[in-house]
Amino acid sequence: MVEATRRRETGRARTVAVALFVAVIAMYALTLSYGEFQISLPDVVRSLFGLPTPAGVDYIMHDLRLPRASVSALAGLAFGLSGALFQQLLRNPLASPDVIGVSQGATTAGIVTVLLLGLDGGVAAAAGLAGAVLTALTIYALSWRKGVGGYRFILVGIGIGTVLTSITSYILTRSDVKIAAEAMIWLTGSVNGRTWPQIVPLAVALVILVPLALILGRTLTGMQLGDDLATAFGVRVQWSRFLLLIIAVCLAGMATSAAGPIAFVAFMSGPIAARLVGGGRPVLVQAALVGALLVLVSDFIGSHLLGSRQFPVGVVTGVIGAPYLLWLLATANRSGRGG
Amino acid sequence: MPLDLQAERLSLGYGERTIVRDLTMHLPTGKVTIIVGPNACGKSTFLRGLARLLPASSGEVLLDGKSIHATPSREVALRLGILPQGPIAPDGITVTDLVSRGRHVHQGWFRRWSSDDDDAVTAALTATGTLPLAARPVDELSGGQRQRVWIAMALAQRTGILLLDEPTTYLDISHQVEVLDLLTDLNEAEGTTIVIVLHELNLAFRYADHLVVMKDGAVVTAGDPNDVLSAEIIEDVFGMRCRLVNDPISDTPMIVPIGRHRVGSHNPEGDRPE
Repeated sequence: MVEATRRRETGRARTVAVALFVAVIAMYALTLSYGEFQISLPDVVRSLFGLPTPAGVDYIMHDLRLPRASVSALAGLAFGLSGALFQQLLRNPLASPDVIGVSQGATTAGIVTVLLLGLDGGVAAAAGLAGAVLTALTIYALSWRKGVGGYRFILVGIGIGTVLTSITSYILTRSDVKIAAEAMIWLTGSVNGRTWPQIVPLAVALVILVPLALILGRTLTGMQLGDDLATAFGVRVQWSRFLLLIIAVCLAGMATSAAGPIAFVAFMSGPIAARLVGGGRPVLVQAALVGALLVLVSDFIGSHLLGSRQFPVGVVTGVIGAPYLLWLLATANRSGRGG
Repeated sequence: MPLDLQAERLSLGYGERTIVRDLTMHLPTGKVTIIVGPNACGKSTFLRGLARLLPASSGEVLLDGKSIHATPSREVALRLGILPQGPIAPDGITVTDLVSRGRHVHQGWFRRWSSDDDDAVTAALTATGTLPLAARPVDELSGGQRQRVWIAMALAQRTGILLLDEPTTYLDISHQVEVLDLLTDLNEAEGTTIVIVLHELNLAFRYADHLVVMKDGAVVTAGDPNDVLSAEIIEDVFGMRCRLVNDPISDTPMIVPIGRHRVGSHNPEGDRPE
């Protein structure tokens, strides 16, 4: 009975992860192959391995589509994992980095470096990361009362996020119109026209942070039951939570630097993954894959399926995410949770 | 191996407020200790302090003679378990998964789930009579079932000492008795040292090997309920007149409270205090 139930739950979690992984690969391949200039899948593969391909394929693959598909998948992974970590650590579906101001911190820092200081590339990425970390530390410090509780952290975070958004808006109004217009696209969240120097730091960060998150994430099975029981199980609660939050903050900061604050991906991925897996287990791998899939699919919709105009990916995820946020807010108080 | 738990001049509090003051107590090894006292007497705080959920503001808790705060938390978790008040069941979690969380400490960073863990979970579910619920979501259970599942989770941890904070809250009387019987079974079968904070006085007197009566963060009396209780102590601690009679079932003291009303006219104790 016990073994059967456990095997069924483990099996379902694994099946969902594999299915999501396959879907991400499929969407990645589709992004590489589909467009005004169609590239057949064999040519996609040939080009990836540096084999000879028809004229123009290599340029479109390596300079346009590969960066686009890669940044979509990587930023999606980072946002998805970051959001799930935040939500599970603070035991609240509202507590994702895009809701509580961490992504806004990365955004504001990015805008300051690019628009005010005129820097770009690697510096902007570092600034985004620093902005996210600084914002999170501020929220952590302001909401600290002998430990960090979920509600206070979220409310302080929403407040900080609002302040940061107005700073960003102020800087935009002070900037040259053309530059501000370009910045606006990044602010909406866009995976178009990314270059490798913007993508590589994110890839490196994921290689380091994902394994750390998964190893430390094992304490979540204790922390999900409340701080008291987690402590009783021997988990060093404040320390584990702090480290996992730092990892989540870095993931959100790096992803924001690379692709802009793609709306609601961090916010939606965890709950979607939890729904797919069922039960009450912490879902990290699945949430990361849902994030990647969300960004890839939304970008595909935004660039191919909405008529002749192309929309940045953040517009599409915003359209999907906003109703979910409203639904969550409307039902949260009834079940005694949320803000 | 029997384990020894004691508090040594332990003071506990939240912020500036001291709740438990300078308390020294030895919890009898292999016995059932039940702590009673009026609301806000510090009994739950004391239990949390014993389980290192709350740092001592002074004094210490000794587990096998070693300060509990100086012992690695994981080592403590292998020997001492606690079921606190108001634990959180994640949405949608199944009974099996929840009880399996009690095995958390037995899983190292790299040690995976084993058949030992399955056995411990099955045994805990069997002991609490919740094995038939194994595949059900916890959200769907009744209050009594849910409480038994939480106790199963604490049992799955397989510790020599088990602390429980008001494990019978929200349960109707039959389930209260069931839970206390279950804990007594555990104590008798495994020799587990059990410490319970309990609200229900007559059940406490019946089930305690060792009774601790607390008031204002200090111990008023402690020992075998048959030896240490008197109507005066109850009156002093709970601010209520009463008579202690013999529980005809268990031969332990039983409280008959005396209020202002419904006191038989032939009964001299019905006279209101002037």
